[in-house]
Amino acid sequence: MSINVVEASGLGKRYGGTWALRECTLAVPAGRVAALVGPNGAGKSTLLNLAVGLAAPSAGGVTVLGGRPAGSPAALDGIAFVAQDTPLYKTLSVADMIYVTRSLNRRFDTPYARARLDELGIPPKRKAGKLSGGQQAQLALTLALARRPRLLVLDEPVAMLDPVARHDFMATVMTAMAADGVSVLLSSHVLSELERVTDYLILLSRGRVQLAGEVDDLLGRHRLLTGPAAEVDHYAGRTVVHAGRAEAQANLLVQATADDPVPPGWSARAANLEELALAYLREPGAVALPSQGRDLGTDRSEVTK
Amino acid sequence: MTALTVTARPDEDNAALRPVPWWRMAGVTWRQHRFALVAVAVLLGVLAVWLWIVGTSMHHAYAAAIACHPATSPGCQDLVNTFNGTDTFLANGVILQVLPAAIGAFVGAPLLAKELETGTFRFAWTQGFGRWRWTLGKLVPLAVAVTAATCAFGVLLSWYYQPYFGQGNQAIGLSVTSRFNTGLFDLPEIAFPAWTLAAFAIGALAGMLIRRVVPALAATLAVYAGLAFATGLYLRQHYLTPLVITNNFKLPTSAWILGQVWTRGGTPLSESTMNQVMDPVFSRNIPPVPSDQVHLYKGSALLNTEQYLIQHGYTFWTRYQPGSRFWPFQWIEGGWLLGLSVLLIAATIWLVRRRAA
Repeated sequence: MSINVVEASGLGKRYGGTWALRECTLAVPAGRVAALVGPNGAGKSTLLNLAVGLAAPSAGGVTVLGGRPAGSPAALDGIAFVAQDTPLYKTLSVADMIYVTRSLNRRFDTPYARARLDELGIPPKRKAGKLSGGQQAQLALTLALARRPRLLVLDEPVAMLDPVARHDFMATVMTAMAADGVSVLLSSHVLSELERVTDYLILLSRGRVQLAGEVDDLLGRHRLLTGPAAEVDHYAGRTVVHAGRAEAQANLLVQATADDPVPPGWSARAANLEELALAYLREPGAVALPSQGRDLGTDRSEVTK
Repeated sequence: MTALTVTARPDEDNAALRPVPWWRMAGVTWRQHRFALVAVAVLLGVLAVWLWIVGTSMHHAYAAAIACHPATSPGCQDLVNTFNGTDTFLANGVILQVLPAAIGAFVGAPLLAKELETGTFRFAWTQGFGRWRWTLGKLVPLAVAVTAATCAFGVLLSWYYQPYFGQGNQAIGLSVTSRFNTGLFDLPEIAFPAWTLAAFAIGALAGMLIRRVVPALAATLAVYAGLAFATGLYLRQHYLTPLVITNNFKLPTSAWILGQVWTRGGTPLSESTMNQVMDPVFSRNIPPVPSDQVHLYKGSALLNTEQYLIQHGYTFWTRYQPGSRFWPFQWIEGGWLLGLSVLLIAATIWLVRRRAA
């Protein structure tokens, strides 16, 4: 039986008169590393806060872990959340942070937490506020993983970290995923760091979901075409997501599969995740949402260019 | 690509999860607030030792002055002066009014404001304990702790001020005051913890609303001061309907006199009117004595004047709360402050529960 770790329908959140997120309908399947990608202010944190129950929806609803209302005791029990900038009690020692987290949860794997922190060289008596940024992030992640959650939610986990700390952090996440089957939902405004690990992509732009789906599936449905700029407009067979021109050459990201014919004079190749995301982010009007097995290129997307 | 199945864990899949037990918040609360709690304990402890030392010598001076015979002898007057001079700093209780406000605000205001200011609420409120339970599990033990500590301190304060309330003090020239004295009423073991609890509850709610430690502290102190002044100046005297007595010039010192007025034929007379009436009567009653000795006769002359006025159709009205109402007043004040605190704490929890981050 496979469940959705996050399911949103018509979800919206308004702060004052501004919609931070609207008409968000999503189903993130379990067992994935799902990346929520979008520029700053796109609504990523809002969506995560709604999913972990820190914020209440202004419209629609969101459930987690197979239908548990977000923020309910059953939901909190199964989700571990590491917020942006990994807030910790700065005046508490690492050992006290373990104590506090253990006390506040039904499950807590103390031996795991101790072993992991020992491995990372984080001394238990050190105050959390005296740890380096990377160590604080690792401590927050370790505390979250020691709760043995079914879903780990990370808000901008690597934004503040240097490259080494980023790598170590993601390595810890991936190890836990492999060992424990934990699903991961993380947000980021940079995709390059996450490309290797992401297998489900949600692209948010201006408070709306622009693109959502399995990475393999998305990549299989898009091609990057290169050809003479003068002939851009002749390419009408498939939806063009984004057309970029560089002097006489044009680069088109189109909704097409590898089997689609390539026009004479053009070359086609598979797009990578970053190219795909960038093309969509440059065209906020373009939308591609999962459509229950139907061709997403023809009926669910808006044609641009 | 097939979806991985989430490992089934039998203990999680019960329809009704057994919540994390309440007692676990005790250790969490202690670890997070031990600095504030220890600071309060040290502050009250140091003050208690000081009050104990000053109070013991004051009680000794009082006992010596009371026991001295004959009271008018110079030796006894020295003892009276010793007592009257023992403590002039704390005698009016004003400085101690700061304590409930400071303790309550210092513990209460940062409680949620600090979590909201530093972002740690995102950690605390996403743990399995649940956020309204977390709030309740923190507010209640801390409220009980500050209330219990200040209650014990109030017992000490009650003991400390006892000599000032002796009914026989006035007769032998010892300092005396009513327990209703605005500076002293708040200090005994009921009003003192009740005001501390109120400051704590105001602080908790202010912290939740303002979300920053320093502004929340300032707001707490401002609201508390307003409430304390309004209570002392306007509200407290109405707890029970005041008694009214006529032509009594010797109410016990324990009474709280709210108002005094002369009337004639049912019409209240202003102070200036009364002065005009009294001055000629007063001078007629003063026996011809050297001017440097007039003050020795003033008391009796005044009494004679009052008797004279009463005989001539004037009535002297006194509105007051008798000393016997002191403890009922304490319970009334303690009661409404407790009710207010419970309401404020409930409002805080309600806000935590429903208010989005």
